[in-house]
Amino acid sequence: MKNKKYTNVHFILLLTLGIALFSSCEREFSDDVEFATFSANGDIFTDAPVGLTDEFFDSFDPNEGANPEGFGTDDNVAFEGSSSIRIDVPAPDDPDGGFIGGIFLDRGAGRDLTGFDALTFYVKGSTTATIGEVGFGTDFGQNKFAVTAQNIRLSTDWRKVIIPIPDSSKLIQERGMFFFSAGTQTTGGFGYTFWIDELRFEKLGTIAQPSPAIFNGVDVVQQAFTGSNLLVNGLAQTFNLESGINQTVIAAPSYFDFNSSDNSVAIVNELGQVLVIGTGTANITAQLAGVRASGSLEVTSAGSLALAPTPTRPAANVKSIFSEAYTADTSSNFAPGFGGSTTETVITNNNGDNVLAYTNNNFTGIIFENTVDASGLTFLHVDVYVQSAGVEVGLQIRDVGANQELETNTTNGLPQGDDVDFRFDLTGLTVGQWTSFEIPLGGDLATQKNNLGALILTDGPDFIFDNIYFYTE
Amino acid sequence: MNMKYFKNKTIQSVVLKCFAVILVVTISGCSTDETQTVANFTNLVLDENFDTDGAPNSEVWGFDIGNGIDGWGNQELQYYTNRSENVTIQNGVLLITAQQESFEGSEYTSARLLTKDKFEQRYGRFEARIRLPFGQGIWPAFWMLGADIDENPWPGAGEIDIMEYRGQNPTVLIGSVHGPGYSGGEAISKEYTLENDRFDTGFHIFGIEWGPEFVNFYVDDVLYNQITPEDLTGPWVFDKPFYILMNLAVGGTFVGSPNAETEFPQTMLVDYVRVYKNNTD
Repeated sequence: MKNKKYTNVHFILLLTLGIALFSSCEREFSDDVEFATFSANGDIFTDAPVGLTDEFFDSFDPNEGANPEGFGTDDNVAFEGSSSIRIDVPAPDDPDGGFIGGIFLDRGAGRDLTGFDALTFYVKGSTTATIGEVGFGTDFGQNKFAVTAQNIRLSTDWRKVIIPIPDSSKLIQERGMFFFSAGTQTTGGFGYTFWIDELRFEKLGTIAQPSPAIFNGVDVVQQAFTGSNLLVNGLAQTFNLESGINQTVIAAPSYFDFNSSDNSVAIVNELGQVLVIGTGTANITAQLAGVRASGSLEVTSAGSLALAPTPTRPAANVKSIFSEAYTADTSSNFAPGFGGSTTETVITNNNGDNVLAYTNNNFTGIIFENTVDASGLTFLHVDVYVQSAGVEVGLQIRDVGANQELETNTTNGLPQGDDVDFRFDLTGLTVGQWTSFEIPLGGDLATQKNNLGALILTDGPDFIFDNIYFYTE
Repeated sequence: MNMKYFKNKTIQSVVLKCFAVILVVTISGCSTDETQTVANFTNLVLDENFDTDGAPNSEVWGFDIGNGIDGWGNQELQYYTNRSENVTIQNGVLLITAQQESFEGSEYTSARLLTKDKFEQRYGRFEARIRLPFGQGIWPAFWMLGADIDENPWPGAGEIDIMEYRGQNPTVLIGSVHGPGYSGGEAISKEYTLENDRFDTGFHIFGIEWGPEFVNFYVDDVLYNQITPEDLTGPWVFDKPFYILMNLAVGGTFVGSPNAETEFPQTMLVDYVRVYKNNTD
């Protein structure tokens, strides 16, 4: 009987020792190493700022329209306690700035947020407006772990907002405690006020079912060349909240682990920058905290892309849209996203020369931000490269008229109102070579070309443009 | 020897302390309601651990097949099958899976297991360890019906819902009883909200202790409700054998339809189902 007892005790002793050893192995690498740890306080604003810099609110640049005057605290309004943050969103024509936004920074070296799963706060508005963006991780430095939630609906009563942390294990030293940006887009230009209270990082335990995405969950197919630089975009993390709502946040690239299926074709770094280095096809995918992100990039490289012929016309005779050889006459929107368009447009760096790569085009355009006065000019130049036979591209040069608005008959695609155009087919293309076109500003443009506003591109479907400019001989 | 004696004493006191802690935990676990009837059902009579891969044991589990009358009375959208796509055992876990697919005129398929005519019992402790699915319109349940239902139609036969849950409320468990005068929307029911956790991220134990004139509802170590005849708005119909059902419904009046964000497939994972009875029964 006594023996038996001893055995039991020994067993328990051993077991205890085992557990003790096991758990101590998990917690520390060695007795000699001590990692620096940072404050694990999750509070940001309760009735006063908690551990923030003296400025408390660090505004976006007033030179870029941010209004630094509309920020303060309000001792008459609080969800809990005695005070809240009050933000007065200005009208767009406010002389102090047409929108309000900025960040709160930790006053120390940063905080250890690994024990939390969400940024939460209570908010109420003077009206039912929508705050454009809120988040954290923006520190006006690298913004390495920036997180943004968009379109936060205000109620005129207090409402709790939950912004999930995409992967808190990354946040061992974060300074960017809070970020917001608000304008009057949803109130027709009328200013309004919103209050924020009980702003803190929390461990809710109910942030679950992660569903990360790259390229907004789309499987993108892209042609590229050795030397091409591409960027993984559309980075998001979605969690299911206790309310059953799926909350999506935009997550910085550093939350993701990117992977290339063939490192001899394309390599991808921790910022999601893809460099094409060889011939073949590589699939770029990502994981976030061990969960495979939906969406991918299949990049196919046919080897190196020859440089387009270097333009030789004197700059004085040229108004450029897209070329390294000339200063652009206007900036342009190269991906206007027309309804029904299937086109993917990427500006790809080809050994120092940017080219415009179009994939799966049905119709798209290049919309000039400012119209081009081509009254003294006679031709449009464009260099075109194709990788497969039979590609033909329809090009329409559009003058948008005195009202400077692109007006198209949605039934037949023809210009209407005071718009006119000239249409030209880019044909006779040779695979694997640049073909240069000199297109006369003819047809209706002969008498109306002082408000050139767009190039419309049809068919293809896959082609590359470079050196797009208007000129006179 | 001295040393050893000393050691022993230390260990014993540690063990004693542990017992003290356990005792405290036990006491606090049972002290939610001092007036409740706490029963001791210790005689394990059904121990389904789903240890054999493939179909569940047909000596215990049958299936309801089809889409029922009026979607099993609730306008549910799924067609129940016994195909392995909808019900199978893998790695010691029973998987009941709702699929989005066109099947026999329905948009979804799933499964409903029941022990009718195979395992029926009056009173006892019935519990299952389950990880629930999630999403709008997802409706899993672990429940019981009176075994005389063929002669005594619902709600007369009685129903005990040990666990039901709406996928759009991933922290909220609902336990209910239905009977004549208190069925459907008028069931005697209580919700329990899990704090700082969810039912779709890990396994939880859902159970009842059921004896004469009481049903105690618990989840994990929390006893969250007791229903006695005084709580009812009709007769007590829970003094006869009941059988067990487990199913994963899609849509219907209780949860509403799935929406574009509901992900499929959704799987309810059952680690075990255990039934105990009182030794004296």
